[in-house]
Amino acid sequence: MNHIETAVEFSGLTRIFGDFTAVDQISLAVGRGEIFGFLGPNGAGKSTTIKMLCGLLTPSAGSGTVGGFNIMTEAEEIKKNIGYMSQKFSLYDDLTVEENINFFSGIYRVPREKKRERKEWVLEMAGIADRRGALTKTLSGGFKQRLALGCAILHEPPIIFLDEPTSGVDPISRRNFWRLIYAMSREGKTIFVTTHYMDEAEYCDRLALIYRGKIIAEGTPTALKQEYMERDVLEIEVEQVVDALEVLEQSGIETAIFGSVLHATVTDAGQESQRIRESLVKAGLKVVRIEKIVPSLEDVFVTLIEVS
Amino acid sequence: MKLIRVRAIAKKELIQVLRDPLSLAMAFLMPVILLLIFGYAITMDVNNLRTVVYDLDKSSLSRELVAQFRESGYFTIVTILDRPSDVDAALDANRGQVALWIPADFSENLRRGKVAPLQVVVDGSDSNTATIALGYLEGVTERFGQRVTGGIARAPIDARVRVWYNPELKSRNYIIPGLIAVIMAVIAALLTSLTIAREWERGTMEQLIATPVKTTELIAGKLLPYFFIGFIDVAVSVAMTVFIFDVPLRGSLLLLAFLTSLFLFGGLSLGILISVVAKSQLVASQIAMVVSFLPAFLLSGFMYAISNMPLPLQNMTRIIPARYFVAILKGIFLKGSTLRQLATETILLTIFGLLTFVLSVRKFKKRIV
Repeated sequence: MNHIETAVEFSGLTRIFGDFTAVDQISLAVGRGEIFGFLGPNGAGKSTTIKMLCGLLTPSAGSGTVGGFNIMTEAEEIKKNIGYMSQKFSLYDDLTVEENINFFSGIYRVPREKKRERKEWVLEMAGIADRRGALTKTLSGGFKQRLALGCAILHEPPIIFLDEPTSGVDPISRRNFWRLIYAMSREGKTIFVTTHYMDEAEYCDRLALIYRGKIIAEGTPTALKQEYMERDVLEIEVEQVVDALEVLEQSGIETAIFGSVLHATVTDAGQESQRIRESLVKAGLKVVRIEKIVPSLEDVFVTLIEVS
Repeated sequence: MKLIRVRAIAKKELIQVLRDPLSLAMAFLMPVILLLIFGYAITMDVNNLRTVVYDLDKSSLSRELVAQFRESGYFTIVTILDRPSDVDAALDANRGQVALWIPADFSENLRRGKVAPLQVVVDGSDSNTATIALGYLEGVTERFGQRVTGGIARAPIDARVRVWYNPELKSRNYIIPGLIAVIMAVIAALLTSLTIAREWERGTMEQLIATPVKTTELIAGKLLPYFFIGFIDVAVSVAMTVFIFDVPLRGSLLLLAFLTSLFLFGGLSLGILISVVAKSQLVASQIAMVVSFLPAFLLSGFMYAISNMPLPLQNMTRIIPARYFVAILKGIFLKGSTLRQLATETILLTIFGLLTFVLSVRKFKKRIV
């Protein structure tokens, strides 16, 4: 990746709150036009990182650039070139849809001749053209979130930061939202998105996994699965999931509950599946099926977290 | 500073105030109510003093004396008592504030040209009222004495005092203009004390500081709508002062408007500064109340003359903007003062306003934590 093609890059980025290190010397580079997923459980340091990149938090240490501007010294320049959508809904509830759009287009100094066009674009994109006069607090979660996105990118910034954009939104709205993200990416926008939904991570061009303030893996979803999952994953369906988990953990097999089934990480699926079946049956448990599956990102993530 | 951003913020802020009944009431109703309550409650004038009479003389002269008391307008004769013990009872039960005890030889003494003692009991539990009542008493009895003796009673000093600016010495005339300053100091600080804290509390500030908006634009935009609201408040208060409380307005309205804007600029900026520092609406409004109301009420010279205060306290009053606005309002209302005469106050208010504005811009951080 040459310099021109880099939208966001940072190294040694650190943020310390008191004696707690929220983000611990992380480094990354995000290419222009990429959808970059920042994946991790709650409290891993995702939001803290995104806030440092957007100039909302001063890093304790490290260096980096966003859109070519220094994150330590040019926070205000960065703010002109990014759109930021925070985790919490942060538009004005007591303003109407249209008033919110007007407010942000004033703040971003959208030129007079483009104002109307941009407003209509947001209304259209969010699917709330017929509710422009409604108070924002009367909108449902999905509409609110798309309106918030629209307001954050009224000035058509080249880089967009989305902090958990789909938390608390229904599945259909989530899918629609990702369609929007794809569309923006096709227009050449760089999208830096944090999430703790594993299925969403699959939509990203590249991913970084963050855990306890450190990046523990990085790459495309496919590469991550291949690189970090040299071992096989067995999906085990039993009637007594919790009992089975206990049995397997006692015999030293890495196992985790995935909904109603268990995933066991093993070195050789062929050899181990028979051993597992036997030990489960011996413990008096009824095995429905055991089969080798293509690992999901969640498997990768669980494995990586257990390793670290 | 970009005007388009200031305008966007001002417009948003105005919509929010106009849409919120509570803010609206605080912005427009509170000053009117406060002015009415304080305007009617705080008065140093005493009239209709409840007076009981115990007349042992029962002569035409004693009746004439009682009539003179009644006609003065300061005393209302409640009852004529029959027994001396009733005098105590009337005062104890607060039926009377003043008791006139006319001895049996009252008219006799007067006719003989001797000193005619007259006993007067005044309820001193409200010392302020008692002191004023004593003054009225002396006036009435002296005039009565002069009349019945044909003006030969001794009057060693004949001082003819003239009172300027407020010839009737109506306390209302000097209290109400000052009251406007006290009320507006509180309203101004309260109005803006919530604005920035509210955005932090609701989480909208996070979105706002992620935009390229500049601190000066943000604060100027937030000041603007409250400036107009404050200006309307003062206009309404001044109208009420003139038309409801009958206080004469002798100076220039234009000058009053100009100096009002200076005062509002400082008062509103103070509220913003508090809001920036407090970051929570509850804390901000409490600080705003204490910081604006107490000094404005006690140390502005609105009720208690600054020249009567101990020196350290006098020096403290210098940093209280309400002090200068009280002086300005009293000056313009009662004396018709000009800008030249109010130059010191004008300069100090300007300095205060600029200082608090710059300080709040400096204190505001476009950062979380």
